[in-house]
Formats: sequence, structure tokens, C-alpha cells
Amino acid sequence: MKEPVHIGKSPSAKPDLQQLLHEVALGDQEAFAAVYDAVAGSVLGIARAVLRDHAQSEEVAQDVLVEVWRTAPRYRPDRGTAINWILTLAHRRAVDRVRSVEAAAARDTKAALLEHQPAYDEVTEQVETRLEQEQVRRCLRTLTELQRQSVTLAYYRGLTYREVAEALALPLGTVKTRLRDGLIRLRDCLGVTA
Amino acid sequence: MTTTDLHGLTGAYALHALHGDERAAFERHLAACDTCEQEVAEFTATTGRLALASTVRTRPVLREQVLRGITTVRQVPPGAVPLERVRRGVRRGRGLARWALAASVAAAAAFGGTAVWQYERAQDAQNQAAQAQRHAEDLAGVLASPDAKSRSARVAGGAGTLVVSASRDQAVFVASRMAAPPRGKVYQLWFADGGRMRSAGLMDPGRSSQAVLMQGAVDGASGVGVTVEPAGGSKQPTSPPVALLGVPA
Repeated sequence: MKEPVHIGKSPSAKPDLQQLLHEVALGDQEAFAAVYDAVAGSVLGIARAVLRDHAQSEEVAQDVLVEVWRTAPRYRPDRGTAINWILTLAHRRAVDRVRSVEAAAARDTKAALLEHQPAYDEVTEQVETRLEQEQVRRCLRTLTELQRQSVTLAYYRGLTYREVAEALALPLGTVKTRLRDGLIRLRDCLGVTA
Repeated sequence: MTTTDLHGLTGAYALHALHGDERAAFERHLAACDTCEQEVAEFTATTGRLALASTVRTRPVLREQVLRGITTVRQVPPGAVPLERVRRGVRRGRGLARWALAASVAAAAAFGGTAVWQYERAQDAQNQAAQAQRHAEDLAGVLASPDAKSRSARVAGGAGTLVVSASRDQAVFVASRMAAPPRGKVYQLWFADGGRMRSAGLMDPGRSSQAVLMQGAVDGASGVGVTVEPAGGSKQPTSPPVALLGVPA
């Protein structure tokens, strides 16, 4: 049997996030520092992708990370992995923030929205992140144009599916289907299991 | 919205692309739809990959701020709920959802005092409500299970009752009129396996009467202990137990 090739640290050397969160739930601040080191870059990354603004994305990242500490006792391993629990929280907070900010200001023009694709413009020396970016880019290319636009507008821009429909001048039902079909393709391309 | 319409919203839901009412309607549907739940879990794992691909470097000052920040933020209890609610919930069954929502909104309000939490919003309350509801159903499930056995003892000026369901391998600790723990301390629950103590979560220091679903499986534990620990709890007991109850056979 072929062994999978790992670049960089072997997976077994990574901290077990689930175990760490269990310790965080008991008030262990050292365990929390280890959780911080494992997830902070991704939490800030998703906040920055959605918000674009450095100061605001740091504020959101800080809120999210403290929230991980505060609500760790409520984390349920049977409801999903620790990393997904944290990243879901980060995305939701970033989306909440962008919606509250943009409710006050005018929405960006359609053209500006469509221009917005994941930029991944931060220089990263982390091999793991680069590999992840390559794979996600490759898989996003397997989506149809409408699927890809719908998914990226919703995820990286924080639009509701009604707003996606408006931006793309499509019926609601079509966008709903595109979002689901797009995620199915992405899921299969990325080999995600839950 | 019809059920078929709701089925199709798994993608939008996982992307946080639903607004308040739609989100609430979908979550009610989700609670009863196993295939939707599976699909949402897979989609959430998929969007997690989109997030990982956005990973950036962080400034050291953020780490300092966060690690300093948590020293003043109290952690939520694992899901303690007021006792009278549980009694009513067990009797009424379906009434659970309503009070779980009320309880969690109240909890969100209670914790919402600091500036850090100014972004607490209705959606969080809904999420917490969904979690609190599942938790409350587990809790009520133990209390209502046909093989539930109980044992009571005097604890800290009040009464403590341990309810164990062998078929569920879960236990609930019901406290009635217990004295408040000293300032800055909490009551922590433990499963005792021979000489070893295994943490089973914290009680809510703000309530004298409450029912707590003990964290983890009973897994053959011979007894349950209650100790007074520093806020946030301890990995191992740091004080002699204020109560010890044998697990009813």
C-alpha cells in the first residue's frame, strides 16, 4: 500500500485541536495559547477576505478568538471538527460585521462585487497554506461560471443569497441551486468528508 | 416555504447566506432532517477549506491582546439550565424548544455586558438556542429514561440528586438550594473511577437550583463527586469533595 506523502511536519506532530479545546473548556490558558497558534492565521485570513480592511478584520479576529475561549465548554465534537467549529464562527462574525457596516453605507456596485474574487494576496511562506490555496483554486475552476460567482460572492463577500441573485440578475431559485451545486462540486473535488 | 424549498437551502445556510427568518425556518427544518444535517456538515467542512486557503500571517500584538483578553472573560458553563424549566420540559416534551430559546437569549444577555461582545446578535442567540435545545433534550432524556435511577444527599446546605441512565450511559446532577460557592469559585462535578477523578463539567455559580447534564459517559464510574474549584475549573480536584454520591446500581 502506498503511504501518502506529507510535506513539512507530519500530521501526528500537529496539536490535536479537539483535545486542546477540551482542555480549554476546563479553563486551561496554556491549551488556549496552543489553539491560538493553530488557528489564528486562518481566523484572521477569513475575516480579511470578507472585510478587506486590516483594522476591522483584526478586531473581528480578536472577538472570534476570545469567543472560542468563552464558549469552548459548549463545543460538541459529535457536531463537527474543532477547526470547522472555529472557522464557521469566524466566517459568521465576519459576515455579520460586513453586513452591519454595509447596511449603513451604500452597497458596492455590481461591477465591484463581481471583481471580487478570493485574492490570497498575502505573501505566505507556509507550505501548507500554499498547497491549500492551489487545491482550492483548482477546484473552484471545476465549477461553472455562475456556480463559482455565486459561491465566492456569498462566502468571500458575505452576500445573502438574495443579494447574490440581485448582483447576478438571476432568479432566487437559480442562485439557491447554484450555491448548493457549487458546494457539491467543491466538496467532491476537495475530497471533503464530514 | 415548502419542505422541498427548505431542502435546497443547505448550501445557502452553510455559506451564512440566509437572513434571520429564513435561517430560523431552515434550522427548524434541519432539526428533523437527517440528510440535510449530513449535507450541511459536509458543506461546512467544505467552506472550512475555503477559509484555510485564506490563511495569513498574524501580528504578534494580536496574540498578546487575545491571550491577555481571555484572562478577564468568564467561560460559559457547559449548559446548565434552571431546574424548574427541566421539570416542566420533561412533562411537556415539546415545550422544550421555547424555553431553551428564552433561556439562551437570557444567557446571551447576561454575558453581553462587555464591549468585546457588542457584536452579539440575534443569530448567535439562535445558534445558542439550537445548542441549548439539543443539550436540554439530552438532559431531559436522561431524567425521563425508563431505566433512570437516582440517589440523593445533602450538599452544601441544600440537596443534590444524581440521576443515572444505564441505557444512555449518561448522568444528570440536580442541585436544589445549594449555597453559592465562595467568590471566584465554582462547583465542579467529577466521575470517580476507583481512585481517579474525571471532570464532568462545571455548575453555574449563579444558580442555587439547577440540573446539569454531566459531561462524558458514566462509563462504569463508581461515584460522583462535587468539589469547590477556582473559576474555570481544574483538571484534577484541588479540594476535598463537598459531596460524594455512589452511582446507583
